[in-house]
Amino acid sequence: MNYKSWEKAFNIAGILAVLFVLTFLFAIALKLFIDGLHRIYDPDFYLSYPSRFPNKAGILSAWVGTLYVMAGAIFWSIFLGIPAGIYLEEFGGKGKIARIIEANITNLSAVPSIVYGLLALGIFVYRFNFGESVLTAGLTLGLLMLPVIVVTTRESLRRIPRSIREGAYALGATNYELVFHHLLPYSIGGILTGVIIAISRAIGETAPLLTIGALTFIAFLPPPPWEDFLGMLKSPFTVLPIQIFNWVSRPQEAFHKNAAAGGFVLLVLCLLLNSLSYYLRYKVRKKYQW
Amino acid sequence: MRVETKKKLDTLFKLFLIVTSLSSIAVTLGIVIALVEDTVRFFVHPEGGGFPTSLIRFFTETEWTPTFEIKKIGIWPLLAGTFLIAFIAMAVSVPLGLLIAVYLSEFASHRVREAVKPWLEFLEAVPTVVYGYFALLAVTPLLQCVLDKFGLTMEGMNALSPGLVLGIMILPFTASLVEDSLKGVPQYLREASYSLGASKLRTAFGVVVPAAKSGIIAAYLLGMSRAIGETMVVAVAAGMYPNLTLNPLEPVQTITGYIVQVALGDLPFLSFEYLSIFAAGFMLFVITLIFNLLAVYIKSKIERY
Repeated sequence: MNYKSWEKAFNIAGILAVLFVLTFLFAIALKLFIDGLHRIYDPDFYLSYPSRFPNKAGILSAWVGTLYVMAGAIFWSIFLGIPAGIYLEEFGGKGKIARIIEANITNLSAVPSIVYGLLALGIFVYRFNFGESVLTAGLTLGLLMLPVIVVTTRESLRRIPRSIREGAYALGATNYELVFHHLLPYSIGGILTGVIIAISRAIGETAPLLTIGALTFIAFLPPPPWEDFLGMLKSPFTVLPIQIFNWVSRPQEAFHKNAAAGGFVLLVLCLLLNSLSYYLRYKVRKKYQW
Repeated sequence: MRVETKKKLDTLFKLFLIVTSLSSIAVTLGIVIALVEDTVRFFVHPEGGGFPTSLIRFFTETEWTPTFEIKKIGIWPLLAGTFLIAFIAMAVSVPLGLLIAVYLSEFASHRVREAVKPWLEFLEAVPTVVYGYFALLAVTPLLQCVLDKFGLTMEGMNALSPGLVLGIMILPFTASLVEDSLKGVPQYLREASYSLGASKLRTAFGVVVPAAKSGIIAAYLLGMSRAIGETMVVAVAAGMYPNLTLNPLEPVQTITGYIVQVALGDLPFLSFEYLSIFAAGFMLFVITLIFNLLAVYIKSKIERY
């Protein structure tokens, strides 16, 4: 065999490997869809509480819980992540504190998610007495999202040319004016893509919420925040991935169908969020060309 | 607005930024405090035999049963399960990741690359519990069917199937890191190789891959750390039985799987079972930290051209 045919062979191997991985993705989606078909089309599935009877069980409390928990997670991760990113990129410089924080965030992003669960159990649940509640779950997932948001905030700020900052300072802008009038408006699109990516990862995250005792048999909804905000924060909860885990770990096959249907809903949600962020990234790239 | 108020606002603003940045330090401290404090409590707990005894038992016993009547606290079964599954995952992820990364960065056309990239990102976004479902209810039956032809019986819970699924799951992550380090190799090295008459394949594996080797090794170390810390796939498909074995056809339990199993029950605060998940979690944290730091160290040794 001469080198040309070796090269061809490698090309084919590469294409096959990529196709294999993509087939895997489609196989997962297909398996979930086929297994859960009956439940996916059943409107009651989305409007019922979990039940001992597989055919009556639904994901109402799970998806409402996911909504509440993710709202908390988004709040915390944005509230802590974007300012941290701005500080590290714009004002930290090469100082010692900034370097330590930077190394720390790199390390945090590689900590297994279940360790965040132990942090939540040991610190939030028992030492701060937040209980096994929506508040604890939101905070935990928010911290899990933090590194992603810090990194994307920094990357989008880095794309803004120096001249903007120098121009603003030359006209007498303070730091906060520079940030709110210029840096944030120009980078918000890029930051948003990072936030959405982080949401799509956190929404499927199961392990850190299992350790804080997210219950799987919840036949009520947390009170709506406009009626009882504190009650909502303190309410016990369940979320979609935990409900799925509970169903898949039961021996009865009928519950596996529910798990498949729930998994399909979750998968579609994640893929939608991912495509949204992909589309946004494309838009942002076109909008600001420095 | 007066200049003085503006100055005050500016100081406040900067202070706010610094405080939020420090929150990440607080998170790390929180993790370390929670893990270390309860791990120490675990080792001084009378049910483990008190301080020096419990530590010796931790590293010498061959069974892990802190939740049973007779408490054995040898960590080895959990470590064996964890590393067995991680090695199976790496056996899939290393060759396949390298193949895909080299193909995408050196051979594929721009169009193919742009078309494939978003799909690989999708793969990373699939919730882990869904991978667990797939491992348990699709990969395991398939493997059982295939292995049956060779006269091997595999149990419904085993290390092989979650290991394989895990390998594919971390593939997009490792492949994209490897690809990044291949892209970091300057073009003139490739051109020099071509001008000496080397083929494209020879250039890729004889010049580009060796030039990027520290980045590639770092990528695989991070992949390994992910495989070790991954929870849901193994909790669903690997079983709940701490088993000191290297046979991939038997059920095993990983450190993460143990934490999930115990956390599912209702734990009295500071009971021996409660403390045992922190001791196991501390072990997990230290192992992944070693892999992460090793990756950072090797990456810092990266060749500069």
